[in-house]
Amino acid sequence: MANDDRAPRTTPNRQRRRVLGGLGALGATGLLAGCDWTHSQAVREFLGKTENLTQAAQRLVASRESLAREYDKSDIAPTFRPNGTIKPQTPAYQKLLDSNFTDYRLDIHGLVARPASFSLAELKAMPSRTQITRHDCVEGWSCIGQWTGVVLGDLLDRVQPKDNARFVVFYCADHLYGSPRPYYESLDMIEARHPQTILAYGLNGSALPVTYGAPIRLRAERRLGYKMAKYVMHIELVESFAGIQGGHGGYWEDRGYSWWAGV
Amino acid sequence: MATNADPGPPGTSALIKRHSLATRLWHWITAVCLLVLLTSGLQIFNAHPSLYWGSDSDFDSPFLSIGARRDANGDPMGYVSIEGLQIPTTGVLGWSSVNGHMQARAFPAWATLPGPQWLSLGRHWHFTAAWVFGVLLVFYLLYSIVSRRRRRLIGVHRGEMGRFGHEVVKHATLRFSRARSYNIIQKLTYLTVLFVLLPLMVLTGLTMSPTMDAAWPWLTEVFGGRQSARTLHFLCAFALVAFFLVHLLLVLISGVLNNMRAMITGGYQTDGQTDGWADDRADAAPAGTHGANAEERHHGQR
Repeated sequence: MANDDRAPRTTPNRQRRRVLGGLGALGATGLLAGCDWTHSQAVREFLGKTENLTQAAQRLVASRESLAREYDKSDIAPTFRPNGTIKPQTPAYQKLLDSNFTDYRLDIHGLVARPASFSLAELKAMPSRTQITRHDCVEGWSCIGQWTGVVLGDLLDRVQPKDNARFVVFYCADHLYGSPRPYYESLDMIEARHPQTILAYGLNGSALPVTYGAPIRLRAERRLGYKMAKYVMHIELVESFAGIQGGHGGYWEDRGYSWWAGV
Repeated sequence: MATNADPGPPGTSALIKRHSLATRLWHWITAVCLLVLLTSGLQIFNAHPSLYWGSDSDFDSPFLSIGARRDANGDPMGYVSIEGLQIPTTGVLGWSSVNGHMQARAFPAWATLPGPQWLSLGRHWHFTAAWVFGVLLVFYLLYSIVSRRRRRLIGVHRGEMGRFGHEVVKHATLRFSRARSYNIIQKLTYLTVLFVLLPLMVLTGLTMSPTMDAAWPWLTEVFGGRQSARTLHFLCAFALVAFFLVHLLLVLISGVLNNMRAMITGGYQTDGQTDGWADDRADAAPAGTHGANAEERHHGQR
């Protein structure tokens, strides 16, 4: 689901060891075979460029309004598969959890005319949208769940984005795989204003559990799972995400995954 | 018809032009693309080595999965599980060696692009090759429909299906004639690969894209859901691998130099016999040399 390209059964610690082991093996391969050209920096940069082609083509065939398929209640998976972070470890998050998120405030700032802050109760009081959609993980699996939340476009109307705002950046509470910096993601204004793009506070009719990103997580139903940030703490509207963390617009994007994430 | 493609009188061999430059270029570029697509596809598959039918993943009962577990002695083993039936595959699938160290991975490092487990880069390789392959395929299929040469080579003529049994016997006894157009088994095979398998690879691939599903909702309808499309993508890929192995074998045993020349310079040496259909009539072959007779004559010489 969200934030992951790996099997969720492995804990972050085991995962880290595996990543380190993998890097070691990679180094060994490098020593043995010189530098393997199939993953040289130049090749990676060249191959990464086709993402722009995919993005342009999909923008062409998928209209702004085209909706992701919505399913029936009977299609909902008995257990929605969690992955990425399943419980943020920071004291700040623990404090929010202890208060049952009554102290939670969602700040929306950056290139907006009227920066605002919303409590969870205020978000829940706004008009909501409930959708039964298919979650497609970059690994290849899919899970169907029913999400309830506030339409992001409604929140944007409240804060009034400035003309130069091009991206909406979501900052999260979790540090995936011990990353020193928190998980983050970004959407362009088209996707942010898509009618199915919601900040979900409910899953399958109940309050969103911690495992799935409480108190709120992003749903962007025309994209892969890693775009759908969990544990969203604040939102910033920016002209460019070049200066944020690795500069590629998201945690996995900084690690070589496509920002578009439509395939 | 160009002089170099003149079949000459039946019974004498002739050097004809079998493949146009377009066909030869398409063939070799696509061959490279398919190699990249297969190996990077296996890399992507390794990220979640299970296949399902329907819209979503029923994790407890996949249709097919590749994995590693401990055997009765507590030693790690690799397995392939199809509809619950487990086949041990230690060393190749599920549990294989990477630089001398055994590792849990569905397809082994020698079969994946890149070698190390690296999903994001595997995806970049896959989609780059997919763009080249997909765009060329569209143009080549259109060309195959409008080109007279292609139609003559792979088009099935009325009544030709009746020769299927005859051709099966000829193939089984490894008697290959060098006719101007393909025999009926070749025609049906190439038509299936070109117009069924290759387009299915593109369409099932597109169905896995959530953005494409929003743009073209009929995709998931046609294939019975995203996970079904993923499973079909995998099965079609291995159907293409099977085709490739047979293709390679037959190229090798039915006159490898002549066959290779046809796909490199375009030239192909026929053995003078006609294929019994099609062109001899259209190309005003001398009277009295009906294809079947020519073929019988040829057989008589053996």
